[in-house]
Amino acid sequence: MTPKALFAASAMAALLLALPASAGQLTIGFSQIGSESGWRAAETSVSKQEAAKRQVNLKIADAQQKQENQIKAIRSFIAQNVDAIFLAPVVSTGWDSVLKEAKEAKIPVVLLDRDIDPSGKELYLTAVTSDSVHEGAVAGDWLAKTVGNKACNIVELQGTVGASVAANRKKGFDTAIAKHANLKVVRSQTGDFTRAKGKEVMESFIKAEGGGKSICAVYAHNDDMMVGAIQAMKEAGLKPGKEILTVSIDAVPDIFKAMAAGEANATVELTPNMAGPALDAIAAFKDKGTVPPKWIQTESKLYTAADDPQKIYDSKKGLGY
Amino acid sequence: MIALLPRRGLAQILALIVILAVDRVVSPQFFDLRLQDGRLFGSLIDVLNRGTPVALLSLGMVLVIATRGIDLSVGAVMAICGAIAASLADSHGLPVVLAAALGAGLVCGLWNGFLVAVLGMQPIVATLILMVAGRGIAQLITEGRIVTFSSPDLVWLGNGSVLGLPVPVVIALGMLILTGAVVRGSALGLLIEATGGNARASELAGVGTRAMILAVYVWCGVCAALAGVIAAADIMGADANNAGLWLELDAILAVVIGGTSLFGGRFSLVLAVLGALIIQTMNTGILLSGYPPEFNLLVKAVVVLAVLLLQSPKFSGLAGIAARLRRTKA
Repeated sequence: MTPKALFAASAMAALLLALPASAGQLTIGFSQIGSESGWRAAETSVSKQEAAKRQVNLKIADAQQKQENQIKAIRSFIAQNVDAIFLAPVVSTGWDSVLKEAKEAKIPVVLLDRDIDPSGKELYLTAVTSDSVHEGAVAGDWLAKTVGNKACNIVELQGTVGASVAANRKKGFDTAIAKHANLKVVRSQTGDFTRAKGKEVMESFIKAEGGGKSICAVYAHNDDMMVGAIQAMKEAGLKPGKEILTVSIDAVPDIFKAMAAGEANATVELTPNMAGPALDAIAAFKDKGTVPPKWIQTESKLYTAADDPQKIYDSKKGLGY
Repeated sequence: MIALLPRRGLAQILALIVILAVDRVVSPQFFDLRLQDGRLFGSLIDVLNRGTPVALLSLGMVLVIATRGIDLSVGAVMAICGAIAASLADSHGLPVVLAAALGAGLVCGLWNGFLVAVLGMQPIVATLILMVAGRGIAQLITEGRIVTFSSPDLVWLGNGSVLGLPVPVVIALGMLILTGAVVRGSALGLLIEATGGNARASELAGVGTRAMILAVYVWCGVCAALAGVIAAADIMGADANNAGLWLELDAILAVVIGGTSLFGGRFSLVLAVLGALIIQTMNTGILLSGYPPEFNLLVKAVVVLAVLLLQSPKFSGLAGIAARLRRTKA
């Protein structure tokens, strides 16, 4: 036994002795990436809510976007002998050794929101993530259904060039509309996932497409770009949501505000509730030994103006988006 | 005809004309203008409007570079001041909002100026500190989310119009005239150039180089603050993660395209703003062209290279020799 392992073992033993005898309550450590986006903040607050609902003691460690902080957090969770570890990995590689330590300590690890490199597949219990190809497909299917048989020129605001989410959301959408000959993407440019660029790119689309009269729908890889695009359309004297259909992905609160005002049509949710399914999987695994599938896909729910957008806005705006 | 044009600035004007012509080719409606809700509407207006933040940044940056400095923090200062403006917009009047945002820019400029002029730090390192920390400060102000506002006064700053022109364009024009009047209407411009040319000789000749350096960083901070407020007003929200991101590089590029040497000692405000317009004319052209976005950066790099080659005395010397050779052959 190395001195380090000895130390870890004795620390664990000490902790075990010190733990109160509340046998029923699970303690789970969650290594969160940090506050990289509003969605991330919402994921953290929803995780707390979901844990409180199930009376799970959730310890969240903020890694400030650094892998070494996440590795440190996981080691400290192992030392505290938690019942399970949730990990939202900041990068996809370099987890093998720390996940092996968790496996040796018999602590199951669940990945949230992002997957890791295939070489580490046997090192975690399951991954709870959204399928971004599917998100694009849900958006495309909604548009095809809404447009019907009319010819429809679509302009697309892509995410950052090179981001896998952007490539996947494009792929899913393209596949969904490929079945409909009347739907055609006439322009596609990157808006870098930001409002300012979304607005600037939409302004140029409007000019390039004869003042926007020939545009039938806008598809944006995220809601923020769509919020910018909606402003551009309004300033050009167009009526988004009525003359031009909009569909985007993420379901951030501000898109519901636009929807309530009749300026946006649909959004596909990237749910911030990754912890809920993960907690259920852990509970089943601990109680009955049910081994969950390697991948738990979260629901990509479609929201339209028919879903009382004002109410959803009110419920989402406090989550930290 | 060509003899009538200013010798300095010829390359920039030529470059702008060529890029405008290319834009016209990729997008036939490029020069179309119409009135929409009392404001001019068209790609040319987009170029001016979208070019405003970088043009404002370049106004401050060109003075800093003239003193042989550089300010990498302007993008982050934009984010800070945009965040402050957005947080105050719905609870305070426009004068308070502007005073707070511009005041913050001034303080940021003072900080940079203090590090460079008083502590004698290398400008690139000194301003790198605020470049990194500033975005963090902006994120603290917004708590990591996009702070939106609906105050019509502040929205007007980004989306309103004066005599058909977008307000940001009018503000940038006003700042250009103001800056020009201050530095060229007095000996200030000369003193700034002297500081950049040879700080020690200027100091010995009685120029207050320290005060000059401090002043240009402060002005750069104020210009960045204004750009930040306009960027926030434009999208009716402050996006601390993305506002002004990498714009410091565009501002430096605009100054360099405008013919100002990074070694200081000589500068032109008008040409720096022209440099910003060249960059934006190119960006808007790329967006209108319909090429896949993977080409954006490549096209930009090639155009920048061409513009800089056009300005290079050695390159134009080579081109002149080649032309003469061709003529003697013929």
